[in-house]
Amino acid sequence: MERDRGRIWNRRLFLLYMAGFSLLLLAGITFSGAIQADAALITDFSRKNLAPSLRYPFGTDWMGRDMFVRTLAGLSLSIRIGLLTAGVSSVIAFGLGIAAALGRYADGVIGCIIDVVMGIPHMLLLVLISFAMGKGFWGVVAGISLTHWTSLARLLRAEALQIRESQYVKIAGKLGKGPFYIALRHIMPHLLPQLLVGVVLMFPHAILHEAGITFLGFGLPPEQPAIGVILSESMSYLSMGKWWLALFPGLLLVLVVLMFHVIGNAAGSVLDPGQAQL
Amino acid sequence: MEKNGKGTKAGWGRFLAGKCVRGGLLLFLVSAVAFWLVSVSPLDPLTANVGQTAMGSMSQEQIEKLEIYWGVGEPPVKRFLAWVGDFFRGDMGMSLLYRQPVARVIQVRLKNSLWLMATAWVISGVAGFGLGILAGTKKDSVADRLVCAYALVTASTPSFWLALVFLMVFAVWLGWLPVGLSVPIGMEDAGVTLADRIRHGILPALTLSVTGISNIALHTREKMIQVMESDYVLFAWARGEGSRRIVFQHGVRNILLPALTLQFGSVSEIFGGSILVEEVFSYPGLGQAAVNAGLGSDVPLLLGITVISAVIVFSGNLTADILYEVVDPRLRRERRGM
Repeated sequence: MERDRGRIWNRRLFLLYMAGFSLLLLAGITFSGAIQADAALITDFSRKNLAPSLRYPFGTDWMGRDMFVRTLAGLSLSIRIGLLTAGVSSVIAFGLGIAAALGRYADGVIGCIIDVVMGIPHMLLLVLISFAMGKGFWGVVAGISLTHWTSLARLLRAEALQIRESQYVKIAGKLGKGPFYIALRHIMPHLLPQLLVGVVLMFPHAILHEAGITFLGFGLPPEQPAIGVILSESMSYLSMGKWWLALFPGLLLVLVVLMFHVIGNAAGSVLDPGQAQL
Repeated sequence: MEKNGKGTKAGWGRFLAGKCVRGGLLLFLVSAVAFWLVSVSPLDPLTANVGQTAMGSMSQEQIEKLEIYWGVGEPPVKRFLAWVGDFFRGDMGMSLLYRQPVARVIQVRLKNSLWLMATAWVISGVAGFGLGILAGTKKDSVADRLVCAYALVTASTPSFWLALVFLMVFAVWLGWLPVGLSVPIGMEDAGVTLADRIRHGILPALTLSVTGISNIALHTREKMIQVMESDYVLFAWARGEGSRRIVFQHGVRNILLPALTLQFGSVSEIFGGSILVEEVFSYPGLGQAAVNAGLGSDVPLLLGITVISAVIVFSGNLTADILYEVVDPRLRRERRGM
């Protein structure tokens, strides 16, 4: 038993270290990318179409732009959009999750909204919202913010409904506390850990969808160094053998999303009591 | 509490009728939301399709004619009601880009897409379930670690980038498979053989399958671990049953149903993935049509595709619900107890 506990603790420590390392790396990418956003736009035709080398680790494109700098700037943009959209989305999820605890009627309406949002394939809904907003930056932000809250809201709602049935909530009701007081003071604190984990696990989806919708041409405009733009441009140069244009930016994107998953899993195992014993 | 009787025909009828009414309401709401979204769009279909320069050189009458063709300037509620009315009569309007009835465009495209999605759906389901069983029965083994790592990596991989990589490796570098489209370029429709279609479908289907495995594998793994730690499996070990018998008799039979439900519920994701993958391979499916409709402001086609895809997603979920109702008696009892 004693040995077992040591092993568990080590695994959790290991997870935490991994998460800390990922966090540092992500912060590094975000800041360096943001600083170099202007450098990513520099074109220099004396160095166009270079294969990866020590000087240009990701090569250069047909306009002589340094792909490494472009990729960093694009990922930085993606991460910042991810932070913004996941933030908005989690606020929506939290609000609706709590509101579902207020009563049967509110719960029914919220369930209906969730069904409608989930009833349209996610990517198609993003296309529709982006279309409604006239494409561009705000189209992406609105699209991703308005579509990612559903699963988290469902989770929180289920939890809230369960807590509502518990003894102490019923006693609070009998003591004359109103539904708002109960929702805020008795139900909300229990939902916070789940919310935090849910938010971190929302990032990967948000970033991947941002890249996807931009890749399709609905998201960020082509002059931005966004990762979706980089990949969609690289498509026309694939058959000419310029493999580095697509390979490295994509790999780095996968790495970033992977690190968010690692952080989310670590947060889950530390914050969520149900998972803590794994 | 209602008295439905035990799984009688009346109970079933009520269950299905309820689901259908809900589905109809859902579809109505979905189409209303979609219609509202496209009608608030500030995008001008004229500038998107005719072009700024061409419009500058046009006379006022020509522009007015075009505005009528693209439906500019009518109140949205009136248009919505007209659209719903036409829809029930089977007329989904004319696609403005393809200059064909929307129903016809969707029919052709849906056939292409369904092949792709069905293949990917089956492959990812079977492979994911198998990997999940493998990982779950031997928790913390090398195989388990590998499956978990695979699931984590594919969950982090954008499907369109994976499509690009496959394209680079198999089509450009090795030259084994064609670069895109569903048929060879410049060939008459009649001359296309089934082999051609399959060759052009391999890469898109492979991409969709690979990225779809992660969810189902992780889910199955978790359920399998629960089963392996249960008392009845411990008892089975004590009775001296072999590991193969335990896995197939006690494990698979228990977790097949939730896995199947999850897979039916994942139709929406596969549809979304197919939009991206079809775009990369220029595969003429529904997803590519949706992208073209969005980029070209082809509102009737975009609406038609939204409704059809909502129907597909709803049928997937409905199938999952019915499966549960048929196979799992506990759920029926719970429902009645409520």
